[in-house]
Formats: sequence, structure tokens, C-alpha cells
Amino acid sequence: MPAIEANGVFKIFGRRPERGVRALQQGKTRDDLRKQGLTAAVIDASFTVDPGEIFVVMGLSGSGKSTLIRTVNRLLDPTAGSVVIHGTDISSLDAAALRRVRREKISMVFQHFALLPHRTVGENAAYGLKVQGVNRADREARAEEALGMVGLGGWGASMPSELSGGMRQRVGLARALAAGTDIMLMDEAFSALDPLIRREMQDQLIDLQQRLDKTILFITHDLNEAMRLGDHIAMMRDGRIEQIGTAEEILNNPVNNYVAEFVQDVDRTRVLTAANVMEQPVAVLGSGAGPQAAHKLMREHQLPWLLVVNRDRTVHGLVWSSEVATAVREGQDGLPLYRDGLRFTTPDTTLNDLFVDAASSPAPLVVRDDDGHLVGVIPDVTLLTAMANGQPTGNGQTLESSPPGIPDSAMTGTEVPQ
Amino acid sequence: MNADELSVVIPSLPVGEWVDTAVDWLSSTFREVFRAVSDVVDILINGLIDLLLAVPTDLMIVLLALLGLLLRSWQFAVGAALALALVVAMGMWVPAMQTLAMVVVATVVAVLIAVPIGILAARSRVVSNLVRPVLDFMQTMPAFVYLIPAIFFFGIGYVPGLFATILFALPPGVRLTELGIRQVDAETVEAGQAFGATPRQILRGIQVPLAVPTIMAGINQVIMLALSMAVIAGMVGADGLGKKVVESISTINIGLGAEAGLSVVVLAIYLDRLTASIGGSGAEKSLGAMIRRSKNRSVAQRATTGI
Ligand SMILES: Nc1ncnc2c1ncn2[C@@H]1O[C@H](COP(=O)(O)OP(=O)(O)OP(=O)(O)O)[C@@H](O)[C@H]1O
Ligand SMILES: [Mg+2]
Repeated sequence: MPAIEANGVFKIFGRRPERGVRALQQGKTRDDLRKQGLTAAVIDASFTVDPGEIFVVMGLSGSGKSTLIRTVNRLLDPTAGSVVIHGTDISSLDAAALRRVRREKISMVFQHFALLPHRTVGENAAYGLKVQGVNRADREARAEEALGMVGLGGWGASMPSELSGGMRQRVGLARALAAGTDIMLMDEAFSALDPLIRREMQDQLIDLQQRLDKTILFITHDLNEAMRLGDHIAMMRDGRIEQIGTAEEILNNPVNNYVAEFVQDVDRTRVLTAANVMEQPVAVLGSGAGPQAAHKLMREHQLPWLLVVNRDRTVHGLVWSSEVATAVREGQDGLPLYRDGLRFTTPDTTLNDLFVDAASSPAPLVVRDDDGHLVGVIPDVTLLTAMANGQPTGNGQTLESSPPGIPDSAMTGTEVPQ
Repeated sequence: MNADELSVVIPSLPVGEWVDTAVDWLSSTFREVFRAVSDVVDILINGLIDLLLAVPTDLMIVLLALLGLLLRSWQFAVGAALALALVVAMGMWVPAMQTLAMVVVATVVAVLIAVPIGILAARSRVVSNLVRPVLDFMQTMPAFVYLIPAIFFFGIGYVPGLFATILFALPPGVRLTELGIRQVDAETVEAGQAFGATPRQILRGIQVPLAVPTIMAGINQVIMLALSMAVIAGMVGADGLGKKVVESISTINIGLGAEAGLSVVVLAIYLDRLTASIGGSGAEKSLGAMIRRSKNRSVAQRATTGI
């Protein structure tokens, strides 16, 4: 069951907004509606957020992001369409049931913090718990813990007015964290943070989401942030969702010029990971084999190098064709293993973290999973093509397929929600 | 002038007669109720006056000055003590305390009525739309007019004076309470909603506390209006500075008028500054604020050294 499901959500501001929905369905534009005094903030938005994922809504100022997120916990009632949380259509709930959902299931971080200025930082962080009826000692402890998570340990007794903007934003974050709900709605939750702390908070969020299995609906207008955080990203423009996909899909297959132009400035090396660009080695050598076998295999496939792999698919080392040739000529029994210069990485390391290793070794990068099993290799040339390829050329040409440097197998594990 | 001379189509309406009849009917039908209210209020106000006058005058001045120190500043406390001493010196202390008692009772009652109505009006468009014209009516009706039905209902003395004073002083309390609550940042209220707070929790935990400065400004207005009306109430026999003013007019006694008038000014300024500082402005130098600040500072120090 999806954590959040939005089906054809419209939100139109103005008098008698239903007529706006009808007009839009009949093909009228947003500007037509504006002439009637209606603002179409969200138009026919549908998306699904699976439990435990970070779903990012991305769009420029005024594109309707805040309005959309407010329909998810029904701070705003959709003009049309429905929002389903853990299988419950929340528009069907009465006030008391809705409050229960908000207490137990969904917390929210506000774009402009929305702290209570007359309460201390600690009381602010504990607000959700207080509403839930948690006793004082427990809520103080949990609030302090949440403040610690956002780097504000010890600030509990201060007033919000004594804090900088970035610190206030983190109090808002702590308030949502302390509430301990499965779903968190975060409206530009990092916008007021300086780059360093922002990076730290992003890492924390990813960590938190993996550790506590939170479902996070995250809004941002920073594409790099969207790409970094989002398991799926929805690109919004003028109230409509233009595309939903993984970072790679949006980067490599933008559905239209708007999205393409949007993503052209993205730093691809921060988005693409080793798993996206790695190749399956054409052949590997069992660690029991000798130079003869290696020589044969390499000649067959025209390989300059060959990985030597143990029976359990852990990496034993690598051999170079020239050294294997020498070993064969001199009749040696053992393989001339190359091990010291071999560099390893994990599938989810981003490309920008691979360059140093790639440059410091003549051998290809070896990608291993957490258990040390071989999952792929990245030769230098692959790394370079991955960076160069797929960049929109600036003339609005859309890209139909993944870049040649990326084998299709590397793209498995990413799927498109309809 | 006869209405017939002004218009040939508009008939003359005996509005005055209707009101007359209505007041007559009310006062005869609810005679017992009015009598009971009158008795209770009379006991209350006389009790308060006795209390204020039971305290030795010098001690009372010191207490009022101390209150000023606590809520505002030492300069204000000194000024208040001197001004109150002047009231004593002019022989106006007893009527001043009588007036003060009326203002206090009228303000408390007015606030108890005004704030809840203001809150209701802030939360419901319908209530707001109903209340607004009533308030306009109450505020623009000349103050003296309230005195006439008051005499019918309650006879002569403090009670009709208080009745008229409360009616007259009520409107700004309602208006500013409504305004204060409506002004609270919408996103802050949304934060309460988003975490599942009930409307009641939002009202008590967010809206009212954040509206306090505006509500206090309203209460300040209520007090000032109550003071001006309490003086007018002298005309229906309420003892106090108002009665002295009325006396001075009927006897054309300039000296008495000046002394009573000056005492009103002293009371007005004292009450105004005092209540204004509760609302926030001008209270930075008060003892209360200093205590709060030093407490915060030590807490902040603990916080920073605790890291
Ligand atoms: N309460 C409201 N009444 C009328 N119009 C509104 C209201 N709230 C939002 N809008 C309009 O809806 C549109 C979308 O606003 P929204 O706040 O959702 O944008 P956003 O994507 O969050 O922008 P930003 O990045 O600046 O926060 C805007 O045109 C805005 O003027
Ligand atoms: Mg927004």
C-alpha cells in the first residue's frame, strides 16, 4: 500500500472554484481562469509515494508546491481529486479523525518555519508531542534528542527570536522529527541553511529515512538538492506535474523542453552513481586458474586486463595482459597479480567521489556491494563518457535513450511510477 | 420643527416613544432582576472603595508607585508618587479612590464580556458581521444617553454609572481582541493544525497568547473610556471625581473644577502608562522585564556552556 497517493488533485483559489476545474478539464488555460478571478494553484496532480522513500516535488516559485503539500494533510481541501494516506481517503474523515491522522501519521516542516514565538525552542520542538498528550518528561527528552539531531543540542531554553534563520528552520525540523510520525512533509525545509549545514542536513535526512524508514515528501526549488535526495522526483510547472521519475530518468529522458532546460545545469557527477555507469566485466578469471588460462581468455576477448575472482565472487586481484604474456613465456605457475593499485567503490557512490580514485590507478575501478562481492567495473573511459553524454545540447533537443556509456543493465532497479 | 414641514412622503416616527415604552416595560418586568443586580454590584463597589480607603493614604501611594516600578520604570514610579501626592494635597484622594474603584470594576466586567465576544467574532464571520454594527452603534451613541435608561433600571448611585460605563467602554475591547486574533500569522495557526491540535488548543496555545499585545491595547482603551465615562457617571449620583466636576459646574466653582479635573488627569496618565506597559511597549526598563531578562541570560549561558 502506498504511503501517499494523490489522484487528480486540483486546488483552485477564488469564488466558486469548481467552475475552474470544469473549465480546465474543457481545455481552458491557467490564464483564462485568471481572467475570471481564479488562481489555479494545482492542476490535476497525481502521484504515488511508497513507504520509506523520499519523494521530491521540484518547481519554480509559484508553481504550486506549497499548495500541493498542504492538500496532503488537508490544511487545504482539494477542489477536486483525492488524497489517500495509508489507504484512507483523508477527505472522508471528520475533524476528530483528521486530527488523529495528523498527530499519529503526518508531521510537517513549514517553508517559513511557523514556530511559536512565545515558546522556547524546546517547547517548540516538543509541540507535536504535547498535542499528542505525551507527558512532560518524555516530551522534553524526545525534543532534546530531536534538537540534537539537527545540531541544536543545548539550545532548548532559548527563544526562537534569539536564533538565526537557519537555526529556526532546524527547530521546525526538530519539531517534525520529535513528533515521530511515519510520514514527514517538508516544504523547502533546507532553504534557509548555508551550503555546509545544508549538505549535512541532507545527509542526515537520507540517513534518517534509511534508519527509521520514514516516508518523506520533500519540496525544493533546488534541482541539485532534488537529485541528491529524491528516490523519485516530480517536476512541477504552473500547477501541473510535468514529469515523475528517478533522478537519472529525469536527467537522461526529460519529457519536454521545459524539463530538459531545467536539468541542463545540473551537476551530473553529483547525481549519477557508480551503479548507473558501471559495466559488467566481459569475462572474469577464477582465482584457481593459472597464467595459461588467463592468457587464452584475454586473447579471445582482446582484453588489456582481467579481474581474478574468488569462488564467492569476492575480488582476488587483477592481471595485466603484458604481465600474463611474460609469465606464460617464462613458464611461471602463479598469476602475476596486481592488487596494491586496485581501487574499490560501492554502487551508490556518486561520480564526483570516484574521480580521485580513478585517476590514481591505471586499473579500472572495481564496484563491490556491502558484502564485498563484485558487481561491476568502471574503466576510466566509461567514467568520462558518462559525464560527457546526455548533456542537453541547449537547443532543446530531447534525449530518447540512456547514454551509450551506460549499459542497460545498469539502469535496472529504477522504475517509473505511472 | 415639525416633520411634516420637511417631507410630504416620510411619515413621522415616534422612535422616542417606542424606546420609552421598551425601557418602561423592561424596568417593570425585570424589576426584581435589576434590583438584585443593583444590590450585588452596590455591595461589590462599596466593598472595593472601603478596601482602597482602608489602606493608609501614604502606604497606598507607595504601593501604587511600586506597581509602577514593577511594570514600567523607576522614573515612572517616582512621577506617579509625586502626582498622587498632589491629588492628596488637593483633598481629592477620597473621590479619586471612588473613581478608581469604579474604573476597576467597570474594566473587569467589560473585559470579561468583550474578550470572549471578540474571540467568537474572530472565529466566525457571522458573529463578526452581527457584532460590528452593534459596536458602531454603541461607540457613536453620545455617552450621556446611556445614563437615562440606566437610571430607570437601577435608580441613582454607582450602579447606573457602572452600567453606562461598561456599555460605553466595551467596544474597543471586542474590536481589538478580534483584530489581534485575526492578525496571528496564518502559518503559525496552520502549524497547530498540522500537528493535530484541536481548535481549543490552537486558541489557547497559539492565537490568544500571540494576540495578547493587541488585546492589551484594547484593554488599555477600555480603561481610558471607563475613566472618562466614570466621570460622566457623576451626573447620576455616583460618588467620585465626576460628582466633584458636576458640583463645580452647578456652583460655577472654577477652583474645585480644576482640582477634580487635574486629579482625573493624574489617574488617567497613571492607568494608561501602567496598562500600556503590560501590553509590551515601554516596559524594557521595568523591574519585571529586568528579572525576566537576567533569567533568560543565565539560561542562555547554561545552554552555551553546556555544549
Ligand atoms: N490562500 C491563497 N489564496 C489565493 N491564492 C493563493 C493562495 N495560496 C497560494 N496561492 C497562489 O497559488 C499559486 C501557487 O502558490 P504556492 O505557494 O503553492 O507556490 P510555491 O510553489 O510554493 O512557491 P514558492 O516556491 O515561492 O514557495 C501562486 O500563484 C499563489 O499566488
Ligand atoms: Mg512554497
